[in-house]
Amino acid sequence: MDILNLTAVRLSEKIKNNDLTAIEATEAVLKQIASCESTYHCYVTVEEEKAREQAKQVQKRIESGELTGPLAGVPVAIKDNICTKGMRTTCSSRILGNFVPTYTAGAAEALEKEGAVVLGKTNMDEFAMGSTTETSYYGVTRNPWNPEHVPGGSSGGSCAAVAAEECFYALGSDTGGSIRQPSAFCGVTGMKPTYGTVSRYGLIAYGSSLDQIGPVAKDVTDCAAILEILAVYDPRDSTSVKREDTDFTSALTNDVKGMRIGIPRDYLGEGLDLQVKASVELAAKALEEQGAIVEEFDLSLVEYAIPAYYVIASAEASSNLSRFDGVKYGYRTEEYQGLHNMYKKTRSEGFGQEVKRRIMLGSFVLSSGYYDAYYLKALRTKALIKQAFDRAFEKYDVILGPTAPSTAPKLGESLKDPLKMYLGDIYTVSVNLAGLPAISLPYGIDNQNLPIGVQIIGNSFQEKTVIRAGYTLEQTREWQMPDTRERGQNNG
Amino acid sequence: MAKEYETVIGLEVHVELATKTKIFCGCSTEFGGEPNTHTCPVCTGMPGSLPVLNKQVVEYAMAVGLATNCQIHQKCKFDRKNYFYPDNPQNYQISQLYLPICHDGWVEIETEDGAKKVGIHEIHMEEDAGKLIHDEWGDCSLVDFNRSGVPLIEIVSEPDMRSAQEVIAYLDKLRLIIQYLGASDCKLQEGSMRADVNLSIREKGSDTFGTRTEMKNLNSFKAIARAIEGEKNRQMDLLEDGQPVIQETRRWDDNKECSYPMRSKEDAQDYRYFPDPDLVPIIISDEWLEDIRNRQPELRTEKLERYKKEFDIPQYDAEILTGSKKLADIFEATTAICQKPKKVSNWLMGEALRLLKEHNQEPENLSFSPENLAKLIQLTEEGVINNKVAKEVFEQIFTEDTDPERYVEEHGLKSVSDEGELRGVIEEIVAANPQSVADYKSGKKKAIGFLVGQTMKAMKGKADPGAVNQILQEMLQ
Repeated sequence: MDILNLTAVRLSEKIKNNDLTAIEATEAVLKQIASCESTYHCYVTVEEEKAREQAKQVQKRIESGELTGPLAGVPVAIKDNICTKGMRTTCSSRILGNFVPTYTAGAAEALEKEGAVVLGKTNMDEFAMGSTTETSYYGVTRNPWNPEHVPGGSSGGSCAAVAAEECFYALGSDTGGSIRQPSAFCGVTGMKPTYGTVSRYGLIAYGSSLDQIGPVAKDVTDCAAILEILAVYDPRDSTSVKREDTDFTSALTNDVKGMRIGIPRDYLGEGLDLQVKASVELAAKALEEQGAIVEEFDLSLVEYAIPAYYVIASAEASSNLSRFDGVKYGYRTEEYQGLHNMYKKTRSEGFGQEVKRRIMLGSFVLSSGYYDAYYLKALRTKALIKQAFDRAFEKYDVILGPTAPSTAPKLGESLKDPLKMYLGDIYTVSVNLAGLPAISLPYGIDNQNLPIGVQIIGNSFQEKTVIRAGYTLEQTREWQMPDTRERGQNNG
Repeated sequence: MAKEYETVIGLEVHVELATKTKIFCGCSTEFGGEPNTHTCPVCTGMPGSLPVLNKQVVEYAMAVGLATNCQIHQKCKFDRKNYFYPDNPQNYQISQLYLPICHDGWVEIETEDGAKKVGIHEIHMEEDAGKLIHDEWGDCSLVDFNRSGVPLIEIVSEPDMRSAQEVIAYLDKLRLIIQYLGASDCKLQEGSMRADVNLSIREKGSDTFGTRTEMKNLNSFKAIARAIEGEKNRQMDLLEDGQPVIQETRRWDDNKECSYPMRSKEDAQDYRYFPDPDLVPIIISDEWLEDIRNRQPELRTEKLERYKKEFDIPQYDAEILTGSKKLADIFEATTAICQKPKKVSNWLMGEALRLLKEHNQEPENLSFSPENLAKLIQLTEEGVINNKVAKEVFEQIFTEDTDPERYVEEHGLKSVSDEGELRGVIEEIVAANPQSVADYKSGKKKAIGFLVGQTMKAMKGKADPGAVNQILQEMLQ
């Protein structure tokens, strides 16, 4: 039996059936990590011994009948901006290079309660700022489909780890597309829930009003099962929402009959790669064949989403990241004269270029005299974008579109032109601005043999509709993920 | 001829709220713990930690707002005030700028010039910072986050005060209101109430404001009065010399009775305030507001009137008793037990205040239990002890909260009520003092006082002087 290409839910079933143990699954994936990491570099930290120990404990609890959940015994990778007690959590930044949290994030806690085996922490763009995982202080992550290409970002490590079978599923975080875009680039399935669904307690904030933790997995079924576990009300997070309708796996039905699906015409215009466009059209056709009613419409305001997003996210980030100052934890510069010099040198040396760029941008838009012109205007734009979605959801159950304008670019291409990189977020950021749930799933491969992702966006709290549409679409997909290990060897 | 100037003063008063836990986490607000023992990831600004608002803070802020005739913003929110300083673990303070919880209120103060309203611009909620401890021997500073996240309200007045006297009256009014609400103990010395004074001067009759300064580090009413006097004179001297007043923050040194500039307007930081995305807006429903209104305790003015009416306490005494929540609480609790309001009032107004003054303490420092004072009153009423002994026993109660019954018993202080024994002693005194007896009998009635005194002396004070007097009168007839 090939353990590694099992989905998380299937693996757990086999473990619960005594076909194999959590220990064997963990050993298999640790072996895969050992053989692939030098090529892909998905992880900042791998905790082999802790994982083995946890696997033993989990296996015992499965055997005793204590753990029966759908993900019991399954090894998971966690994005390195999600705090894990006793396990280094760096945000892929030098400034948190030595930071070991004394607490575990609500989302990771929920998984561990259900018998997850934590393998380690995945690489990311520094503080989740970037779309390529190239801004990590700890080196780039490479795309398992072609190591010359980026895995996307910022959850590039999580998505690449799932694609490279260096874990069975992973946690990512999504502020402007950071789960969905790398999922598309790596040919995996990633979901961003409605804002407030997953606890942000212990998620090191980038843009607090936009950040959501979500699953990265091999298919829609896994995503639904993971999200069902993650979606618990957490009183430690004031923005956490009490929800009754979190039985997401109940929506895993092959049924879109009569579902109204809108495709924003604005998403199919200039800047969209034609092969990606063809995949979206193919997905639309497939859903139509399954009984959905698909039509194009004008969403409007799409061109304002990126500026609004970068103003709001950077503003919040400039404040969120001010706590990293060398006083309490993390990196402190070696030599300094006095407090202000210490602050200045620590932060100059501790943060990378992209982070500094966004801190400066964020500080600027919050400055007195500019606050109204930039920050308030961005907030108003955000509200208008939400209204545009509200109008769309009066007519449609879900919105279908591309996840990203193109497939994964080559390493080193994006950072040269940050503005162009920012424009790559065009189809994802408005979802965060409106707080909506969305899934990205692979639906095609381009002529460079890179995967193409399509995105399904739902109305607030309508994850189930998104999952139902995603699951149905997935069933129509003829394409299968090629064998990772072969890919790794061929390309690496 | 020198111009006549008018002083214009506005106050920013910070009050530490008496919640058990901090404003955004469950840590204790208790004073005096070992450094960094009342801390958690939230109040030390650890990555990924999030604030969760303490409901009690909102209720106290609403209560203070209602008691100071404020409007309540039924939808209000928190903003971040961004600045770097090591006592501020997140490098931003969670405060309220755009929508403070209370606004546009007033309180009435009374001074020698009569009653006057002082406007309250706003009251907002915020978190306190930690404390920096500078190592005098080493080359470093240490941070204690125990105070970090302790809830504060900041009460911002309108520039309506014109003298130190008005400022003190305003602060006293606020202190009493907040103490009566139980929202804070308002101790200036201990920092649970802090006042920054904004002061400017202008020519009398002018309707424009002069340039103001802000004075910090004022730890007592006396320091505030001195600082106002000092700053007024400093600004007047500047203007008289034809020099401008610079808008700046100054620090008052009460030992040297002068102030020093801390920072000028030019160095003023841009705090880059923006709504805190980690906290949801606070929605105060009509029901919640009404509930707080209904739960408002009796405030000072109402209490004062009730004391006069219900207990027949004179205005002056009622003012003193209600001038401290603590004193009023002891008065009511003791009266409830012994049903003798006048006696209780006498003890508190007399001995209690005398001893407080002697010990250089405030009524807030009173620590004896009403039960013991009630027992003492009972003992004197029943003639078990006389007034002189009672005062001695009260001192014990005041300092040690001693049970008076046990103390009187253990020290053998009971008045001698055995008439036979008393008569024996008096007979001896009469026999030993023929001159006084003769004086009395010849009409010098005052002579009996000497004989009473002699008897009390012989009894070592443990007799009821009334009874002695009566027996003596009988014997000398």
